[in-house]
Amino acid sequence: MLEFKQRHLLGIQNLDVSDIMTIMDTAESLAEISTREVKKVPTLRGKTVVNLFFEPSTRTRSSFELAAKRLSADIINFSQQTSSVVKGETLKDTVLNLEAMNPDAIIIRHSCSGAPYFVSTFCRSHIINAGDGSHEHPTQALLDAFTIRQQKKSFKNLRVVIVGDILHSRVARSNVFLLQKVGAQVTLVGPPPLLPAEFENFGAQISYDLDRALEGADVIMMLRIQKERQEANFFPSIREYRNLYCLTEKRYSLANKDAIIMHPGPINRGVEISSEMADSMKSVILKQVENGISIRMAVLYLLLGGKERETAD
Amino acid sequence: MDEKIKARVMDAGKIKRSLDRMTTEILERNRNLKNLVIVGIRTRGIYLGKRISQQIKELEKIDIPLGVLDITLYRDDFAELETQHMVQKTEIDFPISKKDILLVDDVLFTGRTIRAAMDSLFDLGRPQSIQLLVLIDRGHRELPIRADYMGKVLPTSRREIVQVKLMEIDETDEVLITEPAKLE
Repeated sequence: MLEFKQRHLLGIQNLDVSDIMTIMDTAESLAEISTREVKKVPTLRGKTVVNLFFEPSTRTRSSFELAAKRLSADIINFSQQTSSVVKGETLKDTVLNLEAMNPDAIIIRHSCSGAPYFVSTFCRSHIINAGDGSHEHPTQALLDAFTIRQQKKSFKNLRVVIVGDILHSRVARSNVFLLQKVGAQVTLVGPPPLLPAEFENFGAQISYDLDRALEGADVIMMLRIQKERQEANFFPSIREYRNLYCLTEKRYSLANKDAIIMHPGPINRGVEISSEMADSMKSVILKQVENGISIRMAVLYLLLGGKERETAD
Repeated sequence: MDEKIKARVMDAGKIKRSLDRMTTEILERNRNLKNLVIVGIRTRGIYLGKRISQQIKELEKIDIPLGVLDITLYRDDFAELETQHMVQKTEIDFPISKKDILLVDDVLFTGRTIRAAMDSLFDLGRPQSIQLLVLIDRGHRELPIRADYMGKVLPTSRREIVQVKLMEIDETDEVLITEPAKLE
């Protein structure tokens, strides 16, 4: 028997280390299903899962969709463009209408930080946060940690460098929370306007110099730099950003031997990461995508299994 | 939970003798050993399966592939459990299509585990045949399932618990009948 008492997955901050390990161990067992000829087990037969995406997303949405399907759950997709949100319906009304159709879980992505939490306050369904504003993206952090564990075996004293637009990145936040909990050391790197010093309060180290931060790094996680940010004057030009923060072969050689390269995607080749690095043997970017399905299967399995529980929090 | 030991029905010697006998029966029945594979059901089925494959190797000098099956994802009581079971790995790294599978478990009780195991195997391929080996058949079947090879038929009451202990994880070889302590 296992102890997984969470009713929702709203963020990494709500999880303790044993929850995180349970999710990863479950994902490890479930990974084998995706390698079968018949990629399906009957476990969640009869359960209904709703993908409710208020922001564009293809990979996270389809990763959740495949995860649900491989466990035999039924899944329906709602996106902002096709829902009544365009007709002026509020988030609460949209969710209440979906709830009336008796789903078991709602996977939600929203541009407002805290939207999944808000929804969980009045919902019967299990709520899974698939990214909310610049707050959290818990399944991304879990799949990143799962990938790191596969490659490096242990988190103890592992040096992880996260590079890019930290300010707007929910991936960075969730990763900082998770990696702190499991005992890794995190250094955040980026141009000063995109790297708030407050992150030191979360226990991460801050650096504006990528070359120095890379010395002794075991894991290098590059974040996508959105071109719109340049228009908003967060940094002077893409060219300058590339000169200072693009992961090139030369920079990679500063890191520890066997350091792995990660990226949550989609990547901008030649901006935050050079093509050679993205395709190199040390890149685990596609492994992350593959692991994403196992992690999301584990989350669905753990939340939807067993008798309906009373709210734990 | 406190439990009372009611009887010790098998010791190391008895377990070994019944595995020896069952191995002979397997060899008698399976003329084409090259087509035989063993799949042990987690947890103790794995070790029983290993012992049988070693026996066959000693007698016939042939390596029988050995796989591990975790049936958690195929349980029929998934929605009723208070807490879920931890899913563990299924490790069958050989094709099972057209093979004769020897499915191994420690105790045959309601038959539901075997039903789940067979469903799971059929998702992995279409075997030629499935034979079932159990160390203990304790009765109380709820499904039309029987074992092809049995170590011991043990009449029990539903309240009783049959515990198979194996050296590999329990540091002793024995089979016990226990009963949960009465609630006051």
